[in-house]
Amino acid sequence: MTAFLVVLVIILFGVAVWQMTKVFEMSKTKQTDTGDIASDKDNKVNGYLMVMFLVFLYVLAIVCFWKWGDVLLPEAGSEHGSQIDNLMLISMILIFFVGIVTHWLLLSFAFKYRGEKGKKAVFYADNDKLEFIWTIIPVIVLAGLIIYGLFTWTDIMNVSEEDDPLVVELYAYQFDWRARYSGDDNTLGEANVRLIEGVNQLGVDASDPNAQDDIVVNELHLPVGRKVLFKMRSQDVLHSAYMPHFRAQMNVVPGMVTQFAFTPTITTEEMRQNDDVVEKVRHINEIRRENSKELAAKGEQPLESYEFDYLLLCNKICGISHYNMQMKIVVESQEDYEAWLAEQPKLDETFAQLKENR
Amino acid sequence: MSAHTEDLAVDHHDDHGHHHKQTFISKYIFSTDHKMISRQYLITGIFMGIIGILMSVLFRMQIAWPEEPFTIFEIFLGKWAEGGVMDPSVYLALVTIHGTIMVFFVLTAGLSGTFSNLLIPLQIGARDMASGFLNMVSYWLFFISSVIMVLSLFVEAGPASAGWTVYPPLSALPQAIPGSGTGMTLWLVSLAIFIASSLLGSLNYIVTTLNLRTKGMSMTRLPLTIWAFFVTAIIGVVSFPVLLSAALMLIMDRSFGTSFFLSDIYIAGEVLHNQGGSPVLFEHLFWFLGHPEVYIVILPAMGIVSEVMATNSRKPIFGYRAMIASILAIAFLSTIVWGHHMFVSGMNPFLGSVFTFTTLLIAIPSAVKAFNWITTIWKGNLQMNPAMLFSIAFVSTFITGGLTGIILGDSALDINVHDTYFVIAHFHLVMGISAVYGLLAGVYHWFPKLFEGRLMNKNLGYVHFWITAIGAYGIFFPMHFVGMAGLPRRYYTNTNFPYFDDLADINVVITIFAIITAAVQVVFLYNFFHSIFYGKVGPKNPWKSTTLEWTAEIKHIHGNWDGPIPHVYRWPYDYSKLNKDETGYVIPGQDFIPQNIPLKENEDELNH
Repeated sequence: MTAFLVVLVIILFGVAVWQMTKVFEMSKTKQTDTGDIASDKDNKVNGYLMVMFLVFLYVLAIVCFWKWGDVLLPEAGSEHGSQIDNLMLISMILIFFVGIVTHWLLLSFAFKYRGEKGKKAVFYADNDKLEFIWTIIPVIVLAGLIIYGLFTWTDIMNVSEEDDPLVVELYAYQFDWRARYSGDDNTLGEANVRLIEGVNQLGVDASDPNAQDDIVVNELHLPVGRKVLFKMRSQDVLHSAYMPHFRAQMNVVPGMVTQFAFTPTITTEEMRQNDDVVEKVRHINEIRRENSKELAAKGEQPLESYEFDYLLLCNKICGISHYNMQMKIVVESQEDYEAWLAEQPKLDETFAQLKENR
Repeated sequence: MSAHTEDLAVDHHDDHGHHHKQTFISKYIFSTDHKMISRQYLITGIFMGIIGILMSVLFRMQIAWPEEPFTIFEIFLGKWAEGGVMDPSVYLALVTIHGTIMVFFVLTAGLSGTFSNLLIPLQIGARDMASGFLNMVSYWLFFISSVIMVLSLFVEAGPASAGWTVYPPLSALPQAIPGSGTGMTLWLVSLAIFIASSLLGSLNYIVTTLNLRTKGMSMTRLPLTIWAFFVTAIIGVVSFPVLLSAALMLIMDRSFGTSFFLSDIYIAGEVLHNQGGSPVLFEHLFWFLGHPEVYIVILPAMGIVSEVMATNSRKPIFGYRAMIASILAIAFLSTIVWGHHMFVSGMNPFLGSVFTFTTLLIAIPSAVKAFNWITTIWKGNLQMNPAMLFSIAFVSTFITGGLTGIILGDSALDINVHDTYFVIAHFHLVMGISAVYGLLAGVYHWFPKLFEGRLMNKNLGYVHFWITAIGAYGIFFPMHFVGMAGLPRRYYTNTNFPYFDDLADINVVITIFAIITAAVQVVFLYNFFHSIFYGKVGPKNPWKSTTLEWTAEIKHIHGNWDGPIPHVYRWPYDYSKLNKDETGYVIPGQDFIPQNIPLKENEDELNH
């Protein structure tokens, strides 16, 4: 597939170059003595090319949607995510409408009014009414977008205590993530990088009573339908906790605690059944099988087949292995979540172990 | 003021006549002549541009074929690509230096430096800049900073690689990434010198524009190019010092143990002593320059495009005053929107709301400009010179890139596309490609003024334009999809885990377009350097333009005009103006009236 695309693009480009040089050669031979200043012939040729450019842009947009529409993120797995997707859809429709119309105007004018000797341009210097119209229309449209956007934003960023969110710490370091659950008291114990010691990787304060039931894990499990409040901490440099499927992102900053909250609405199992995801996974596995064939020919291990999982990615350049700093997220029912959590060791065990080692 | 200007003009042409003896050094190297300095800026900018674009080709190849070894990597990167496999740290270095070079060295110095220097004196009717000496110092500081930046590519641990935004702590701690050692120190020194150069240049542009306008050249008779350069210089003076302060504080954090940006850090097995600083502070300081910077890059391009479009449409620019007002509005708003780069930085969400508001407001003057350009070509008599083609393409990419800004400027929508390839696609179209088109339009249009009447070959120009125009969209339109798929930027490879496997063919297509587009720039380089020596000499005013630079001598002489400085009697856009009874042009048989022609009896005085 890739090879085919490569060849196609190269051939199309070759044809374009060949055609263009031919066109310009032709225009060169019949040139009047305008030297390197555009002649009527140049105006005509380039005017037509402007129309072709317009067609190219429209075709490019259509081809991209047709070929790569399926790589886009599937439906949002969080409550606020659908609001964002909605606003995104409205903005996109607006953008495409304005883009299509303005390009049509720009490039069709470029064709229609291409220069000819003796033709008179219209001396048209200003028109306050027109200026007013294209000031006021963006004002109204943007006012709508701003208001919608700000309500959505405030809604997402304001976390009220009444929601009784599950408090989870996301801890970032070069180049991995840890999650710390706050345990039965739903309160995280105090922590500071100065307390990092041996197995106490997150620098949690052993003397804090709130810390004793905290649980540190390297895979994020979330109960469906309950609001989760992430408190984020970095050990070394800036990182960013990016959870694209939940439309969630917040930078993780050394020296401060940042936060982001959302309510997962679709379990991992349900998401795997989603039509878009099924299609995407099928496509990815097809690619992986193709690549495996090549690997097998070289005598290397074939690639494993892929199954969908939510991901937490690092999205702020953080060093050499930035590209591979990720953590799996599992969204499951409340019961499954509790069962999983019960199996994880609590921090008091870690503290005890630490004491023994001293 | 006008009296003062006149004095000066008289002064100068008294002076004229006794030419100084020019040695090679005073003419070509330490020149104080604005035309020579302009050439120096342009050629240095082009040289840096070659490095920057070449780097982008290398890392695009890495993204498209992550497992593939390339001999070309080993040729260019040596020990960082043994056996042709690119090292992850050098990938980050490449994207960092590509960004730095393109933004600062090519699009700030190469664009604004070249054309402000060339056009401000010539278009306002001045013999030279207010201070030729400062102007020379400005260029040589820029040259030194370029040399240091290039030298930093060759240090042992590699050049700066924390991204062009050099956010600490990554950029502050050599333990965090190898490039944050000597490479980063050189980066900061280079940038500090660059800022000094930019400030000297900007102050000169402002003073020259305000004080050295010829008689009759009121502010509302200035060509839009000058308005754009003038306002750009003001933004530069307002915001560049803030970057200098950020750079100085970062130097202190790195070398003198201060904690402006560092706090609570455990790295390489030990706790650092730093306490109480904040990386978010650096982000504020950086973007206080960083955002105006994109307007420092794009405003000169807008000015050039307005001028080129009006000339080649044989029509006045539509809405001259609205264009000035929108330049001013954009300039003002540009200084209060920096926070839209930081919606998810951890700053107070309320601030996010404020910055969303101010950011989306910028769309209004931008929309006015776009519609005015479109109306300018409406019912024109378009002369499709290469400069005109690039100007039309500028409007196209500016619209396309600007529209996606509506998404990124909206804090709620930014959450999910922040730092993805969507951002890369957006800013490359709206400020990268657009500004490059502005630069190229300027080079094709004013080549005769830069190189003593010679013109660039138009057919090579057409080939260069069409392949570039198609290639640029081929690169950046599909890139939006990569971003919408959720792929973060600055990933050395996307195949380390399976989720992004299906983006492989988009990335291949993008890279092929990138290689083709980069390759066709060779046509431009050939055309440029060949035309310097062998270009056909055209008429004195090849594009039949109204502005003063075309009344100046073709040969570069000290003082620009052999005789007295021309006076100005009209605005710069009297193209296709009809006489009172609308039977023909004001000057029969000529569809333009240069600014230095007094009002004729058979025309109405219009107040633009």
